[in-house]
Amino acid sequence: MNKIAKLFITLISALTLTLSSVTSSFAKVEGDMIVLGSAISLTGKYSSNGVHTQNGYNMAVDRINKMGGVKVGGKSYKFEIIYYDDESNPKRAAQLAERLIKQDGVHYMLGPYSSGLTKAIAPVTEKYKIPMVEANGASRSLFTKGYKYLFAVLSPANQYLEVAIDLAVEKNGGKPVKIAQAFEQDAFSQDVRLGILDAAKRTGSKIIIDDKLPKELNDMAATLAKVKATKPDVLVVSGHTKGALTAIRQIAEMKVDVPMLAMTHCDAAKLSKQHGKKSEYALCASQWHKNLSYKDKFFGGGKKYDKDFKKEFGYAPPYQSAESSAALLVFKDAFERANSFDRDKVRDALKATDMQTFYGNIKFGPGGQNVAKPMILFQVRCKGDTCENKVVAPTKWASDKFFHPIPPWSERS
Amino acid sequence: MDFLIFQVPMLMVQASLDGILLGILFALIAYGMALQWGVMNIINIAQGDLVILGGYIAYTMYLAGIHPAWGVIVSPIIMYFVGWALYKLVINKVVDRDLFISILATFGIAIVFQQLMNFIFGADVVVAQSEYGTTMLFDNSVTLPNSKIFSAFISLLYAVALVIYMKKSRLGRAIRATAQNARAAKILGVDTEKVYAATFGINAALCGIAGALISITLTLHPYVGLPYTVRSFMIVIVAGLGNLPAVAISGMGLGLFEEFADYILGTEFRIGAVFMLLVFILVYRRFKLSKKREYLK
Repeated sequence: MNKIAKLFITLISALTLTLSSVTSSFAKVEGDMIVLGSAISLTGKYSSNGVHTQNGYNMAVDRINKMGGVKVGGKSYKFEIIYYDDESNPKRAAQLAERLIKQDGVHYMLGPYSSGLTKAIAPVTEKYKIPMVEANGASRSLFTKGYKYLFAVLSPANQYLEVAIDLAVEKNGGKPVKIAQAFEQDAFSQDVRLGILDAAKRTGSKIIIDDKLPKELNDMAATLAKVKATKPDVLVVSGHTKGALTAIRQIAEMKVDVPMLAMTHCDAAKLSKQHGKKSEYALCASQWHKNLSYKDKFFGGGKKYDKDFKKEFGYAPPYQSAESSAALLVFKDAFERANSFDRDKVRDALKATDMQTFYGNIKFGPGGQNVAKPMILFQVRCKGDTCENKVVAPTKWASDKFFHPIPPWSERS
Repeated sequence: MDFLIFQVPMLMVQASLDGILLGILFALIAYGMALQWGVMNIINIAQGDLVILGGYIAYTMYLAGIHPAWGVIVSPIIMYFVGWALYKLVINKVVDRDLFISILATFGIAIVFQQLMNFIFGADVVVAQSEYGTTMLFDNSVTLPNSKIFSAFISLLYAVALVIYMKKSRLGRAIRATAQNARAAKILGVDTEKVYAATFGINAALCGIAGALISITLTLHPYVGLPYTVRSFMIVIVAGLGNLPAVAISGMGLGLFEEFADYILGTEFRIGAVFMLLVFILVYRRFKLSKKREYLK
């Protein structure tokens, strides 16, 4: 036992020694490699989306490297990413960002998964003036702090469900609607809520229920009973995957009839798979859908991306993967336009980004958020027992008509 | 503050029934905690995580095409052995130490369990479908998911069975004897080591049942165990150790309190209200104890 333990310790220390000597020799650009760094949630509560993010990054790195790499100063470079596991913990993420920058000498960063972790890392990258392109931090507060080195390829959180309110008003003959809403108490969901408040103000709509769900809560019976009693025109729910699954389960069980139900995280929650027909007619906000007609030369279009991703990783890409892939395309484009590895030149090039990717148009606003891409809404529709997400808004990309109002439970089989 | 509940009287009925049904489920978890706290003087921080693990067992069955309700039979059997193994591996080393050590040890177990569940079942939130439908009362204005009624019923059934078992069986009597005075029980020939292992196993089995019920009524995620620990801790504090009817009543009371706090104070204070109540009860108990003469400060 003792011997084995000793051997084990020796092995581990040998391993760490080799690893540390390898990592510390990395620098921003090594030979023909451009080294990017990312702290990402490979364990802990965000690990499934963390892996989607990593897969998205890796897919784009492979594709760009295979298709000639990044051309800077007449020479072709390849991307490489150093990953660290942040354990879904913001403090750890900030430490790892420091480590990537100071020890590993990384000069360009890719974002982590989730708004909370991006918020933890942004002050670090800002301090060291390291450009970071992030694909999974949508919280509005990221873009109001005046960060100069943060660029997000996705639409900010407050835009997620604004469209849904406009849609509800439109269906109500242009008249204001009564809104019931329940949002989890976290940065992201509360930003979605702010968007709804704006939309309500703009349309003169009234918010009759405004519940804030504690993070630990997995029971919404009280909120839904209130919804039943007050009969709003639209119910809006945002609470990550847990919120989406809880809402659908309890709406079906309590037979809550609302004409319109709008949510976030439907695809991450695999709503149509886990709840089947109970989730039908739910309207979901999404950053991306494979049926959109955006194109680029690396991935072709959304459908092609979907196919290639499935082939490589064995599952359909959620939007978290698509936006992560897009982040690499943005970096490549910026390096080539800057034609230099100078951090500030790259940063200025990022700032001037104006391009189309398979994921959508990308152009950064003053706070670093993507202002060129609208959010889309899809609706869960079922044929028999198989349910699918159909894009219903905005009309430019809609593949199907928005079904309104939701039939009452007494008429649903 | 929100007074909708006073304007719509049916909400009052809905809140009460929801609270009671949920409270019975909490009481089952709390009973397990009270049992092993009373017998072994261990506060099990991993209680909620055992619940979630039990839920994942039912969920795994559901994925395999078996109705998740069978989980209330399979899950406690598996969980009994998990609890037993846990005792043999960790708990027996801390059982005679002070409370702080055992809290630390079970806290460690909680973290290990969370990470293991995350590793095995993934970080996605999952649900199992019972397809039990809904009971509607008062012209559809009060709706009760049958899965919640089912879970309250099963909880009661197991609780009653356990009480009878504790009263009648040899092991039950040995457990009660050990709870009263471990040393005396040992002298009189009770194998306390065995009793401890069995107690921890029974506690884990109760968690397993509760978990299986949660998989069909609420949602499962590797990291949502803690609220169940806190709730059962509170129920036990209020009810005292080894008093099942009191545990049941304080469980239902907590369920009701939570629901009404949700309606009146607002959803955001629902969990906060539980913690406030916990602080209040702890202060009150201390105050009451300090009036007794034998209590030493």
